[in-house]
Amino acid sequence: MAQTTASDGIGTYSAAAPAEGGLGRAIGNRLVILVPYLWLLVFFLVPFLIVFKISLSTTAIAMPPYMPVFGLEDGISGFFGNLRELTLDNYIWLTEDALYFNAYISSIVIAAVSTVITLAVGFPIAYGMARAPTALRPTLLMLVILPFWTSFLIRVYAWIGILKPEGLLNQFLIWTGVIDQPLQILNTHTAIYIGIVYSYLPFMVLPLYSALEKMDYTLVEAAQDLGCPPISAFWKITFPLALPGVVAGAMLVFIPAMGEFVIPDLLGGSQTLMIGKTLWNEFFNNRDWPVSSAVAVILLLLLVVPIMLFQQSQARAQEKSR
Amino acid sequence: MNTTWSRFNIASVVLGFAFLYLPIVLLIIFSFNESKLVTVWAGFSTKWYGELFRNQGLIDAAWVTARVGFISASFATVLGTLAALALTRYTRFRGRVLFSGMVFAPLVMPEVITGLSLLLLFVAIGLDRGFLTVTLAHITFSMCFVAVVVQSRLITFDRSLEEAAMDLGAPPVRTFFAITLPVILPAIISGWMLAFTLSLDDLVIASFTSGPGATTLPMKIYSQVRLGVTPEINAACTLLIAVVAAGVLIASVVNKSREVQRQRDEQAAQRN
Repeated sequence: MAQTTASDGIGTYSAAAPAEGGLGRAIGNRLVILVPYLWLLVFFLVPFLIVFKISLSTTAIAMPPYMPVFGLEDGISGFFGNLRELTLDNYIWLTEDALYFNAYISSIVIAAVSTVITLAVGFPIAYGMARAPTALRPTLLMLVILPFWTSFLIRVYAWIGILKPEGLLNQFLIWTGVIDQPLQILNTHTAIYIGIVYSYLPFMVLPLYSALEKMDYTLVEAAQDLGCPPISAFWKITFPLALPGVVAGAMLVFIPAMGEFVIPDLLGGSQTLMIGKTLWNEFFNNRDWPVSSAVAVILLLLLVVPIMLFQQSQARAQEKSR
Repeated sequence: MNTTWSRFNIASVVLGFAFLYLPIVLLIIFSFNESKLVTVWAGFSTKWYGELFRNQGLIDAAWVTARVGFISASFATVLGTLAALALTRYTRFRGRVLFSGMVFAPLVMPEVITGLSLLLLFVAIGLDRGFLTVTLAHITFSMCFVAVVVQSRLITFDRSLEEAAMDLGAPPVRTFFAITLPVILPAIISGWMLAFTLSLDDLVIASFTSGPGATTLPMKIYSQVRLGVTPEINAACTLLIAVVAAGVLIASVVNKSREVQRQRDEQAAQRN
């Protein structure tokens, strides 16, 4: 009995089912898995396959604007005929035009630099929170999560008013006499870094905090008692123990920052090259669906390793808390 | 554990929170500015809020956003809760690795990719872009966030409660509604709220999957922001922040009072 249930598809659960004593047998069990499974297959996995297919198509002046369109009316032979029309032209085009290559490189650099800055800014905050009096910690945690509930767009928009030439930061700096000419920050890379660090800071602080909160501080004290200077105690003990949090936080910042559109568009101005913006322009301004699909496929390939790192850290955290 | 909260620790926490909150506070302050210039203070005024309520385009967009958010959050909560149950209760089924991958990947997937891929799906199956497609897209990405929130509650759930109910003869479905659901309800509620805010905030995925007549509030705000910073947008943003803050506040108060009630019940039970 256990043998057969274990082998007939998605809906089956562990052979140790009686021990699980779980809810709902038979149908219930299957539906719990099957419904979300099918939903994600249709609305998450299949769309990626379609993106891949269209990235191999040719641009056409039609609706939808690509060729070939696989239709049911074509039949089997039509299907294979269409298959032969698929080309790698869009990918070749991406390598020929330096714009795309530069956009990928610049996205990687911007995402990596902002991840490092976010880590440097977030670590002291998370550390301070983890060492705060126990009674205060839930409030501090709540205060870190709260900005996450505020719209991303609004938070980026708020920085335009601060960073622009006649904005609040320049007014403040001129008033204090630090500078006498307004600084040009908006529409530069600096503005993008500020925007990414600001928007993604909670994503960095939360995993760091949960790693640091569990840490045993007597280890650091012991090291210091044995004559280890604080800085090397930090690198030898605190940082390695916080490493799972560092990895999770870094991936939570790096991956979305790579494909970021809103921040480079609103804070970076027209000069900045980032791949999320390129994809958007390719799609909405040039209406070139096959090329924007190819851009998306390459972006996804670049992100496969970081995404797998992230999933592993998630899975490990899940196993631990069992 | 005795912790020493050093001056350095306090300073980094205070500065960190100042960095997180100052821009939002400034945005709210300048929504009450008399002047049309956003960054020059010219006295207190609520006139931009008045302007806001006369802006029919903005009101229509807010209405679309509220409906999309409500519907998508509700569906996402059901699907996300099922996904969380599947992930925590069934440790071995065929395709579990793929399944957990599909649950976790959307959390970090760049929005441009999700938006583009969903749009291409809708075109491929011949679904006209509009209210329905935005809602479907929002269900898909927010259900994964719900799944993560509910899953973290399910992991710490005491299964012996369910077993006790079943031993006493309660059928599985009834056990779920009588025992499991009340225990994980706070997580489900915060999952719903998270899904609703995510839908409320989303610009990129909505821009790809929306069509004529289904312009959401972020899309509307974005198109105005591109033309420049105006106090009217500040006012719209302030209202949006107020709505979300009120929701979060109410939810945390409700959760807290439920928690207090539960502790009181447990103490009463022990005394008997």
